[in-house]
Amino acid sequence: MSSRIRIFVVELLSQMKEQDISELERIFQEKIDQDIKIEPKDWMPDNYRKTLIRQISQHAHSEIVGMLPEGNWITRAPNLRRKAVLLAKVQDEAGHGLYLYSATETLGADREDTIDDLHSGKAKYSSIFNYPTLTWADMGAVGWLVDGAAIMNQVPLCRCSYGPYARAMVRVCKEESFHQRQGYEIMMTLMSGTIEQKEMAQDALNRFWWPSLMMFGPPDTDSKHTKQSMEWRIKRHTNDELRQMMVDFTVPQAEAIGLTIPDPDLKWNEEKGGYDYGEIDWDEFWNVVKGNGPCNKDRIDTRRKAKENGAWVREAANAHAEKRKDRKIA
Amino acid sequence: MNSLFEYLVRLGDDSLILGHRLSEWCGHGPILEEDIAMTNISLDLIGQATTFLEHAGKVEGKGRSEDDLAFLRYQKDYKNLLLVERPNGDFGVTMMRQFLFDAFRKPLFERLVNSKDEQLSAIAAKSLKETTYHLRHSSEWVIRLGDGTEESHQRVQDALDELWKYTAEMFVEDEVNQNLTENGIIPSMEGLKEEWNATVTSVLDQATLTIPTNNWEQHGGRNGKHSEHLGFILTELQYMQRAYPGMEW
Repeated sequence: MSSRIRIFVVELLSQMKEQDISELERIFQEKIDQDIKIEPKDWMPDNYRKTLIRQISQHAHSEIVGMLPEGNWITRAPNLRRKAVLLAKVQDEAGHGLYLYSATETLGADREDTIDDLHSGKAKYSSIFNYPTLTWADMGAVGWLVDGAAIMNQVPLCRCSYGPYARAMVRVCKEESFHQRQGYEIMMTLMSGTIEQKEMAQDALNRFWWPSLMMFGPPDTDSKHTKQSMEWRIKRHTNDELRQMMVDFTVPQAEAIGLTIPDPDLKWNEEKGGYDYGEIDWDEFWNVVKGNGPCNKDRIDTRRKAKENGAWVREAANAHAEKRKDRKIA
Repeated sequence: MNSLFEYLVRLGDDSLILGHRLSEWCGHGPILEEDIAMTNISLDLIGQATTFLEHAGKVEGKGRSEDDLAFLRYQKDYKNLLLVERPNGDFGVTMMRQFLFDAFRKPLFERLVNSKDEQLSAIAAKSLKETTYHLRHSSEWVIRLGDGTEESHQRVQDALDELWKYTAEMFVEDEVNQNLTENGIIPSMEGLKEEWNATVTSVLDQATLTIPTNNWEQHGGRNGKHSEHLGFILTELQYMQRAYPGMEW
């Protein structure tokens, strides 16, 4: 091919490509607007893909790191029933992590790379797991508040525009709702117990209340991803809307069992039909996000160690699989 | 001594202590799938412990619940095998310990299904289904690690060498077993050790591992003479019940 013809062909192709892309973008946005799910093989804008990989892997990491503060209490659970329930719950979380890593793989991400990003600090996870679990009541508070907040966040994700994520969320939400109830039930049991138990429950609420509200992310005025994510229908509510729902949902539950929400400014607002609540300490939030929470280093070190200590196991499994394959051929 | 009570406590404690050890892995597994598997097996074992100890409490007739038995005995009153209280070590030690135990538990439950004690028979039937999966899982890992890399082979061979002396305790026939067999409450355990041997030999062979030649037998757990490790397990296990006595959770 002469060079003039080649230049002509390249120009033609690039024109076609631009036209095609704007056509593809139109079709994509039309699907989104009509609430038709985007599936792995469908065309999607690069940023949509990147946003989803970021969000879903962050969600997966949160499930996996989230196993640690609760796993911490399995060997010390107060009776056999609580031990079994806690084991099952933490196991569910590992399962959620697995679905979610699989969902990122449908977008072309590699699970091991994604996990390496977590270990290097490049990828984030929910800040709540950087707080320590100090007493048995924390198992109640974490289930009730943290899984409660997760449900608020995740129920709308069942209608997220990306099919595999939306479908994973349907199952995850069912399990989270069980977790939330078992957490509340722990708190209820404690609140109908002795003075020590009541104090333990109140102390757990005091420590976990504000971090749970922070789980919805920065206020809408500071959230850099919300607007685009809402246009793509990855997100259906803003951070502040979800936070308000959480407060309105949780306050009556706390009151019903005699717990006091640690917020002197908390007041029912008749006009808006919801609670007004006090100022969130966003400095604390950003500090924990940046790595300065009470357990950030411990959590990541633990995960990294698990991966490093398991390297020889994964190598052995691969080596054995290779040997089997060779034997089959031979 | 109430032999059936004693026997049920042995079964319950084996499940309880091994379930405890496996639960220590939660969040630390070499791959996510194994984290899930080990938690799952731990959950099965805690479930078995609950039913065995609940039944033991009823047989004893002193009003002790499964939780009283699991959380409020002294060390010498736990009757688990020394094998199950061995520390987790690396994944190779954990899988080898699990395999040696599962290979014993499966034929044991197959026999106990025929127990004349209806409750024991029912628990054995349910546990047998679980144990069949556990054995498949641990056998596959022993084979993979044994016949994997040089490093994994060495690690899992070391694990086998370390754990071998604790296996003989599984087959001890003392007056507890004999009483129950004579009274027809549990069936004869004839052939149990041979079956275990056959499974172990076959799997270790596929794993290219060598059965240790040192046949020293370390006993103790069945009589309440434990290793130093059990005290630390109980410190965690009993923490809440000891620190906050008599409360409902």
